[in-house]
Amino acid sequence: MTTITNSKEEALIIREQDVVPLRNRVKEYGVKIGMSILNQTKLITATSELVRNLLKYGGGGKVIIESVSNGRDNGVRVTFIDNGPGIADITLAMKDGYSTGKSLGLGLPGTKRLVNEFDIKTELGNGTTVTITKWKNG
Amino acid sequence: MERIPILKMGDFLLVTIQVDLYDQLAENLESDLINTISKHSSKGVLIDISAVSIIDSFMGRILGNIAVMSKIMDAQTVVVGMQPAVAITLVELGLSLNGVISALNVERGMDLLRSKMHTSDNEEQDYDDDNE
Repeated sequence: MTTITNSKEEALIIREQDVVPLRNRVKEYGVKIGMSILNQTKLITATSELVRNLLKYGGGGKVIIESVSNGRDNGVRVTFIDNGPGIADITLAMKDGYSTGKSLGLGLPGTKRLVNEFDIKTELGNGTTVTITKWKNG
Repeated sequence: MERIPILKMGDFLLVTIQVDLYDQLAENLESDLINTISKHSSKGVLIDISAVSIIDSFMGRILGNIAVMSKIMDAQTVVVGMQPAVAITLVELGLSLNGVISALNVERGMDLLRSKMHTSDNEEQDYDDDNE
């Protein structure tokens, strides 16, 4: 099914202080399409997890927020692009409880549970791109 | 630097988080709180998160840390006012906040802290009686 982008914006994330404004922007996109509080909370929490990874492992990067539509439902899509070292073993990174850092290792698998679509592309030495989509009624 | 105020109320400390936390702010709160417990010999900490619209794994860990650390300092922590959407999201994320005692609102949280103080008072009383 084709997805149409209705509106779109980009944000540069280079320090921790950029996180709260980004969360608020993503929330506004959710509010605009009438997303429920619960789905908004899930989307913002997922964004928060991924933007932390972007800063911690990717050394900062770019985030694209889109308002999307697939004909039946509207949603918000957020893409996280970093130029960091990439993830060596993606299967392992998607496992609950796994972390190379000091965190609980809930980041990627936990985030995947919170959204409707989750896509990760990574290449060693060439960074990681994670795309999540939360549908209004998803 | 921005900080979250910690209010002293008798034997308890009261923290109301009115802003959405970012990492540094949460870490500051953790260390400020432990220092304040030590300074006032506080017996309980009440953290009101009713205005917090998002808790991710990092902030969840900080809340857990605060509960464990204050327990080691002989103080009970009660987290009150969690929004339903935040609770659902936390569990789906995989964070169960083990060890964190919670109550629905400030009033119940205070009652819970008081009752916990009474039980520990009674235990001490019993212990003294046994010695006599």
